[in-house]
Amino acid sequence: MTLRDFINKLLGRQPASATTAKQRLQLVLAHDRSDLNPELLEQMRREILEVVSRYVEIDIEEGDVSLETEDRVTALVANLPIRRTKPLPPQENKAEGEAAGDVDPVWTASQA
Amino acid sequence: MPVTTSGSRSILICSGKGGVGKTTLTANLGIALARQGMRTAVLDADFGLRNLDLLLGLENRIVYTAQEVLSGNCRLDQALVKHKLEPNLALLPAGNPRMLEWLKPEDMQTIVGMLRDSFDIVLIDCPAGIEDGFKNAAGAAEEAIVITTPEVSAVRDADRVIGLLNTRGIKPIQLVLNRVRPKMMANQEMLAVDDVTDILALPLLGLVLEDEQVIVSTNRGEPLTLNGSSSPAAQAYNNIARRVCGEDVPLIDPAKVRRGLRAKIGRLMQTKIF
Repeated sequence: MTLRDFINKLLGRQPASATTAKQRLQLVLAHDRSDLNPELLEQMRREILEVVSRYVEIDIEEGDVSLETEDRVTALVANLPIRRTKPLPPQENKAEGEAAGDVDPVWTASQA
Repeated sequence: MPVTTSGSRSILICSGKGGVGKTTLTANLGIALARQGMRTAVLDADFGLRNLDLLLGLENRIVYTAQEVLSGNCRLDQALVKHKLEPNLALLPAGNPRMLEWLKPEDMQTIVGMLRDSFDIVLIDCPAGIEDGFKNAAGAAEEAIVITTPEVSAVRDADRVIGLLNTRGIKPIQLVLNRVRPKMMANQEMLAVDDVTDILALPLLGLVLEDEQVIVSTNRGEPLTLNGSSSPAAQAYNNIARRVCGEDVPLIDPAKVRRGLRAKIGRLMQTKIF
């Protein structure tokens, strides 16, 4: 923010138009460069939130997924406030135990 | 395939958006390079809406065009129009707009290859847009100069063009920022130079200030660089030509063009506070 922007804000004026122009350009170029249409981006946002919320409880209202561009590189930026983590689903431990039990006999058999 | 003449350069001058100054830059840069002793050819690749002949004041001397050269109806040197006051500069005029129906990127490469055999630098004046005309012209160039103005539409279109040039492996790609108004920039009512270079991520080859003399010179068909004009735009074009030749010429600072108290306050107001 420049000194002029600050003074404009104090006086309740609109920001100088160059600042607005830059912000609008950055937004529109992020989309131009990624070639993603808004519907696709919205669908991706929903799916990302869905996957993340399987592991942690997130604040969906506060969550934000957007495209940002700097130096001709576009990045997908997700800002997802975590309320608390969820306990890991139990089936993974079970699968590991079974595998460990099975491996030994098979291995010895092939050796013989 | 054209034989690449070592040392000869082909530079595309493009913008995406129309009316930002491609043809004016091509004409002035062509003359300025020629005055520095470079054998320079300017090729009007805008077959639909050709104007380079008019800006150079050569419109009455065209006999043959790129079309007759390609179809074998004349030799290249018969079609080239030499500038009387600056014999190092020659124009290869655009053909009939109907050429667009059959012209292919290979045809453009053939033409540019022929020009590179007898010139040090070939400037290709690209049509606006990103369709076939642009693709044909871009296919024949090794380097590019993207020209834009500090306006949202021009910068956005320049960005599209830069993306396309990057995928074609054209480099270096350099930027010319045209029609800069220092007073509006100081008031932050025009995108700053840094804003544009940050967004487009290209090295800046030159800044051209808004200058009424450009209109006067196009009226006459005498590019500003031809008659040693000292107007701001003429200086900018001459500096661009020197940088194209590898000379290290400092860029002007638009904030320092203006003097006095108001300019000082303007500079103070641009201070970044957070």
